[in-house]
Amino acid sequence: MATSFQTDDIPQPPADNLPHPEAVVVRFAGDSGDGMQLTGGQFTLSTALAGNDLSTFPDFPAEIRAPQGTTFGVSAFQINFGSIDIETAGDEPDVLVAMNPAALKTNIKALRRGGLAIIDSGEFGPRNLAKAGYAVNPLDTDELNDWQVMAFDISALTLEAVKPFGLGNKESLRCKNMWTLGLALWMFDRDRAPLVDWLKTKFAKNPVLADANIAALNAGHAYGETAEIGGPLKQYHVDAAEAQPGHYRTITGGESLALGLVAGAHLAGLSMFFGSYPITPASPILHHLARLKEFGVTTFQAEDEIAAICSAIGASYAGQLGVTSSSGPGIALKGEAMGLAIMTELPLVIVNSQRGGPSTGLPTKTEQSDLYQAVYGRNGDAPLVVISARSPTDSFDVAIEACRLATQFMTPVMVLTDGYIANAAEPWRVPDRKDYTPFPAHFTEEPEPDGRVLPYARDPETLGRRWIRPGTPGLMHRIGGIEKALDTGNINYEPANHQAMTDIRKAKIDGVAKYIPAQQVDVGNETGRLVVVGWGSTYGPIRKAVQRARSAGHDVAHVHIRYLWPFPANLGALLKGFDKVLVPEMNTGQLKTMLRDQFLVDARPLNKVSGQPFKIAEIETAIAEMLK
Amino acid sequence: MNAITPITAATKPDDWASDQEVRWCPGCGDYAILKAVQRTMPDIGTARENTVFVSGIGCSSRFPYYMETYGFHTIHGRAPAIATGIKLANPDLDVWIVTGDGDGLSIGGNHMLHLLRRNLDVQLLLFNNEIYGLTKGQYSPTSQVGTKSPTTPFGSVDRPLAPCAFAMGAGARFVARTIDTAQKNMPEVLKRAHAHKGTSFVEIFQNCVVYNDDVFAKFTAKKEAPANQIWVEHGKPLLFANGSKGLRLDREHVRLSVIDIVDGDVSQVLMHDETNHLLAQLLVEMPFGEFPKALGVLYCDPAPSFEAEVHIQNERITAGRSGDLGALLSKGQGWDVKPARGPNL
Repeated sequence: MATSFQTDDIPQPPADNLPHPEAVVVRFAGDSGDGMQLTGGQFTLSTALAGNDLSTFPDFPAEIRAPQGTTFGVSAFQINFGSIDIETAGDEPDVLVAMNPAALKTNIKALRRGGLAIIDSGEFGPRNLAKAGYAVNPLDTDELNDWQVMAFDISALTLEAVKPFGLGNKESLRCKNMWTLGLALWMFDRDRAPLVDWLKTKFAKNPVLADANIAALNAGHAYGETAEIGGPLKQYHVDAAEAQPGHYRTITGGESLALGLVAGAHLAGLSMFFGSYPITPASPILHHLARLKEFGVTTFQAEDEIAAICSAIGASYAGQLGVTSSSGPGIALKGEAMGLAIMTELPLVIVNSQRGGPSTGLPTKTEQSDLYQAVYGRNGDAPLVVISARSPTDSFDVAIEACRLATQFMTPVMVLTDGYIANAAEPWRVPDRKDYTPFPAHFTEEPEPDGRVLPYARDPETLGRRWIRPGTPGLMHRIGGIEKALDTGNINYEPANHQAMTDIRKAKIDGVAKYIPAQQVDVGNETGRLVVVGWGSTYGPIRKAVQRARSAGHDVAHVHIRYLWPFPANLGALLKGFDKVLVPEMNTGQLKTMLRDQFLVDARPLNKVSGQPFKIAEIETAIAEMLK
Repeated sequence: MNAITPITAATKPDDWASDQEVRWCPGCGDYAILKAVQRTMPDIGTARENTVFVSGIGCSSRFPYYMETYGFHTIHGRAPAIATGIKLANPDLDVWIVTGDGDGLSIGGNHMLHLLRRNLDVQLLLFNNEIYGLTKGQYSPTSQVGTKSPTTPFGSVDRPLAPCAFAMGAGARFVARTIDTAQKNMPEVLKRAHAHKGTSFVEIFQNCVVYNDDVFAKFTAKKEAPANQIWVEHGKPLLFANGSKGLRLDREHVRLSVIDIVDGDVSQVLMHDETNHLLAQLLVEMPFGEFPKALGVLYCDPAPSFEAEVHIQNERITAGRSGDLGALLSKGQGWDVKPARGPNL
């Protein structure tokens, strides 16, 4: 059961003498082995429990344990939290925690000028400085003059704090991240109790480690209290954000998507079969689902990407909801099988957690460059439905929508998410089952009224074909990848039949547009000078940038597209109501090209493919440019 | 789960023939295999609606269209993967995979390996004709060295794969071999394959009349058969050539050798033990020429099947519970925002 903390149970600070910033961005950066993702995750939890809105950005290397002290081994976790709506992980950190020279070197330039750098000077020995490429110790020069620097020997302070527990040097130093977390909790006026509980549970089998970590946490907290006087280190209190009433938790995009699939299969009244092959950053979905057997979920770690999708197709054929999941390179391998699912018109959900490409590309970095692959990337005229998630919490609803469309239209549906969404966390108002209308799948168990068996007879509205499970008496039939006869599904090579079937496959997917919501304007008016159009994880920065531009008096609107194929029926008309169209994308202009193709609008690109999400400021600048 | 209808009225071979026109070349060995399967199915006794034939791509893979059962003609090499999804989703279905030497051992070799390793409860019929038929006669991974084909006009140089040896190496628990024209023996092999719980690997030597005619004639031709075929039977001596020859274990070199039977004395002849992995390996790897071709059920040593293990684990973990979705969604540390009085309003 969930442990609930009510916001009014949280001890209120002596708030009046503390600064109350609306939002703060903190980045923890250290060596891959320093536990920065764990620190970030726990800081996120305490932030959520304090009632702040938040958004996180874990940014870690592809190597599991990169050589210690190197710049390419730096792992970072950024969190933006505040009393206002938080849509992005923040353009620039206000506070940087750098656990070694490499972390400082790779992250200091991102820190806001005047921002605070908290540095573990204990790691700034000659070896580590050399590994980071510092000829001289930056703590001894004026190199860091643009920022407030608070350097002290966190390593030594940690060793001192955990001394009573008799751990070895290496184990003792592992507690450094808890010391740092303790300091951060003090800085932002947070309760330590949930963290203490968590440490006790985590190290239940080794109480000495639990005690050592708690001691480190407390020592970091106490250090803040004593070091406050006169230094740049100050305590802040970020008020709780306004939020809709309800029960909340934090959730990452990967978990949210997995839960959405479970809920979607549930709403369809089907068991779920999830066939997948491990790949970054998609694997967490398989990890989550593998534990959910009591929800009618069967997971299958296949021998390769092709077997993963094929097993899912086999399960759908047998009457379950087949789902497969991968990232770009794996999706490429699945292409032929997607064609089979299109030809045999079986429901299938394909999740693509996009990452930087092409080829192996940037496995742990984010990009949205698989849009063409999703919409066009198969042999033959092979349409399927493509929808996209815009944030960790939105992934839940998008997964449900994918299950609905797949089962109602007997079609593969691809869900586009990305590495940023998959790993990032947000507060989530836990939905109620009653918020969702069931969409029970229908199996055909009787012949047609005339007694014939017609697996390719269709629902006149959706054009979805009959779903007949093997095991159903009297309805034996054969399907496959060869062109099918219009109604029986038998092999048919006749010219007119192929024309008719190609037309029907297209009409079925085009027709999905009638069953999805009309395109709304997210921010701004239905017409105007400029519309900024986005999809996927650019939602946050675009929304914020448009809000800021509007506050500055600009006539600009934000349109966020969830349904990428088919587009909502009113999208073309909506875009034509604006003088200009700007499409920020983390690719070289794929949606921009699709909009031009579909609607003959003069969409202009704003592209970023650095493996990092857009900053709000980057989009603001582009908006200003367009409105000149 | 489907409600599986109990086995009802007995069927006849014709009941297992679909209304689809068979489109193999006249004289193709596939016809004989189709006939043997349709003849055997009534004896096996599974209801037609609970039977699924799954295939990949190639001449052999058209097989499902001709069976009055459920059928899925999938994509090249992937039938084992599709069948895995079918069987995991509904373990009550009787699933047959039909594949060929190109489909199953070239493009689909990886799936074959893992199907056998996992031991999914299916029957796998591998039609081996040592050639690519549907793409017009290129050599295949089972073609003999020197096979001339459009892609190897001067003869192939790469060594062929022995399907049954591959299967044994991949961990198959049932390996059998038969011949398209062996109408008497094939039904028995098919029944044994069906009775075996786990992946039953059946290699069928199948003659391609167009691109590789008579490639197996050295042991399939009527006059060659007695001296060049050895049909093995569990618990019986390994005899061939009408009982005039037998297989002996050369203990010194740990290999088989052929001996002449004098005065009916079979004391030196090995008994076939289908549960003996090493013996099965020796039998499937006997070089043809020096030895006859071993046929029949070469190896059968059941082990738990994949889909059964998956379901046993699912049941053990869930212990009959069905999950509470609401509790799942709100799992972990959470907090409540109360109506009317949000925090710090």
